[in-house]
Order: sequence, then C-alpha cells, then structure tokens
Amino acid sequence: MAEVKLLGAWGSPFSRRVEMALKLKGVEYEYIEEDLGNKSPLLLKYNPIHKKVPVLLHNGKPIAESLVILEYIDETWKTNPILPDDPYDKAMARFWAKFLDDTCMPAIWQIMWSKENQREKAIEEAIQHLKTLENELKDKRFFGGETIGLVDIAANFIGFWLGAVQEASGMELVNKERFPVLCRWIDEYVNCSVVKQNLPPRDKLIAFLQSRFSASSWKY
Amino acid sequence: MATVFTAEPKAFPKQAAKEKSPAPTSRLDGIVEESLSFTLAEELFVTSTVAVTLLDTRVSPFGMRVRIALEQKGAKYEFSEQDLRNKGPILLEMNPVYKKVPVLIHNGKPICESLIAVQYIDEVWNNKSPLLPSDPYQRAQSRFWADFVDNKVYFPGRKTWTKKGQELEAGKNGLIESLKLLEGELGDKPYFEGDKLGYVDVALIPFYSWFHGYETFGNFSIEAECPKLIAWCKRCIQNESVSKSLPDPQEVYVFFMELRKKLGLE
Repeated sequence: MAEVKLLGAWGSPFSRRVEMALKLKGVEYEYIEEDLGNKSPLLLKYNPIHKKVPVLLHNGKPIAESLVILEYIDETWKTNPILPDDPYDKAMARFWAKFLDDTCMPAIWQIMWSKENQREKAIEEAIQHLKTLENELKDKRFFGGETIGLVDIAANFIGFWLGAVQEASGMELVNKERFPVLCRWIDEYVNCSVVKQNLPPRDKLIAFLQSRFSASSWKY
Repeated sequence: MATVFTAEPKAFPKQAAKEKSPAPTSRLDGIVEESLSFTLAEELFVTSTVAVTLLDTRVSPFGMRVRIALEQKGAKYEFSEQDLRNKGPILLEMNPVYKKVPVLIHNGKPICESLIAVQYIDEVWNNKSPLLPSDPYQRAQSRFWADFVDNKVYFPGRKTWTKKGQELEAGKNGLIESLKLLEGELGDKPYFEGDKLGYVDVALIPFYSWFHGYETFGNFSIEAECPKLIAWCKRCIQNESVSKSLPDPQEVYVFFMELRKKLGLE
C-alpha cells in the first residue's frame, strides 16, 4: 500500500500547490503541518538542503521543491494529467510555471519589502510581469486550456494570495480595469472545486500578512 | 597566481571554426543527410532533424548545457552567436519575455530557459542517450539537483568575479558550500545519474569552464576544496559532447576581464 505524506504549512502557496495536485488525482495522503519558526527534525531530515516546505514523502522517500513535486505527482498518478503530452506544449507549461516562480512572484514581494522611494518602480515592474502573464492567458479558460494544469496550479499565488496581500497591505495591484483577463481567470479559478478546497482561510491569511507587514513597518 | 589551471587548457581542444550546417530546406534534405529508415518510432526523429537553431553565446554556461544535450543526441544544429550588448531582432522576437540566451529554435518554434530546452531535447530526440532517468523518483532527484545548480552555483559564483570585499567572500563561501553539497550527492558514482552523462552532469559541467575565472579573481582553488568534483569534471570532458561544447577557459577569462573593466574592477 503506497504511503504518501506531505510536510506543509497552512499559509504557504507552495505547499497548497502540492495538495491541489494530490486532490486532483484522488491521492490519499497524510498532512503534517510544519511550524516554520521551529522546524521539526522530520523536515530537517527530509529536506536538509533547503529546509523548506513542501516536502512530499512517497513510501518514505522525500521529494522537495514544489514544481519538482508536481511533475513527480503527474508522472506517478496518471488521473487528470496536469501537463500536456506534446513536448513543445510541455516546455511552454514549464516555462510559464518558472516565470511565475522566478520573475512574477519575486517582483510582487519586492513591492512589499522595498523602500518607499523605490516602491513605484517595483510596482511598475510587477505590473509589466503580470501583463506578460495575462497575454499568455488570452481567451483560454485556464492556462492549461479547458481544465487546470501545471501553470494554473503554480499561479495559485496570483489566484488567491495576491488578493489577501492587497487587502492586508492596502496596495492594489490587480483590478478589473487594469487586468480584465487575469481577473476573469481569478474568478474562474477560485470557484473551481479542487482549488476551493485547497486554499487557506482568507481571514486567517490576511491577519497573518497584516502582522508581518506591520512588523516591517510597511506603509502604503 | 593561477597555476592551478596551467595544464587544463589542453582538456578543451580548440574547436575548429564552427561550420554552419545549412538548415534543410525541406524534409527530404534532412532525410538524405541522415539516411534514416522509416519505422513508426523513428518518425518523430525524422521530424526532429529539420532545422534546429541555437541562439547563444560561446561563453554562456546555460548555452553550453543545450549544446551538450544536442551533441549527446547527435542532433545537427546551427549555432548563432548573439551580441548581447546589441540584441538582434530574432532574439527579441524568440525570447520576448527575458531577451536572453540560450534560445533553442526547433521547426521555427522557440524554447527558452536552458533546463527546459534540455528536457525538451531529451523528450524529442528520445531514441538515444537518455539524459533524465526513466524512474519518476530518480527524475525528481535529477530535477531537484539541476534546480540547485541554477540557484546555488551560478549566483554565488558570479560574485567571485563581479564583486569585491565582503560580497566576494560571501560568493566564494557560498560557491564552495554548494560544490561540496554536490560532491556529496555525487558520492562514488562516476556521474550524477550513474554510469553515463546525464541531466545533472549537463546542468553543472558548463561551470567548469568558468572555474578558472572564479579562482583567479576570487583568489582560491576549487580543486583544493573539492577534489572529487574536479575529478568528475575531468571525467565529463572525456565525453566529446562536452569537450566540443565548452569554450577554452581562457576565452571565459577574457570575457570576465572585459566585464570587470566595465564594472570598474580593473
């Protein structure tokens, strides 16, 4: 009997990505909540390199890094594939997932942690990247087409966390006027059942973000 | 100071001036060139012999990865050296998001980001020299370590020749720490994935051509800190696909010097 465990954190979009994929494929798993301020021996044992969540354990063998885990899940459990078969389409999906992690998300966080005089530049950069993302979406229902795929799962930060960040900080980056297509996708996305089940409680997330922002004396 | 590398340049045979293999004007050219027989399994391979172009620069370690992968697969391709200070229209059209090299162009369609291109090559030219393991768990480990190289080798390494003082030291320490972790992962195996050159080897070996530069400007010896890794490097360049794809370390050194002058470090 295959045994699947997930070391995660309730508020982490990376952790929730993995849960989304497991639920989408109907994989039963045991969830273990990690206190990131006090990392468990289990986490340090199974992810000694980065010491981060999520870590998937399959039959006792660990896999770390959420995008690596997502591909592993897709290759191991074949129901509801999240990557296309065609090598070119697959390469494109990987490209956009990486774009989200390497470029889009860091630019958004940069706004929150930048000094006031650099904030406008940081906002402009984030807007540019979100526009690039929106152009990729075009008139597709999801990045993955008719059903959610790797990129949609990877974009959970945009789909949900960003809204919470905006509410917690008072900074508005994404709205219907500026990003009509992206907002349409966000609505579709958060109402998708597998997504809905794998989001943290919004109020709890906002409260958590608010305390982090006030600790860093964020002012907007 | 850089006596550590005096014997090395022999290891990278001087490449003959890269001859441009003409992009086949029709499928027929590719077929005649490759003299293939048509079985169903090879149909994909036939398609893949049609025009492959790589927008790249000789000294880019990311570009080297793609070159090694193509060479491992015996895939003919046209190498197109890019001027990154004056980016051409093709590069800007093929990689509008990042405007960087390498860009693999296959049948007119661009694939950007070196590790994504390497995986694409592995999947399309799937009839020889597999780079990724077939087992999903092993594949996940390979992807993890290749990602590690991207984040934990390139960035600290860069500091050793573009920074000074504390930042340089931080870069040096970060690089050595990462290389030691990679050494640990390699263990006693000849290559990261076992007996043959594989995905993680391809991800990491290009940086060997940058070590001389790191060591010279960072004032340290990588071999002294990571002898097993250097042994692995020397093993890798015994593979023709690697020795053909890596530039002479001297060429990289010159590139570093030019950039350092621009940064006001020389």
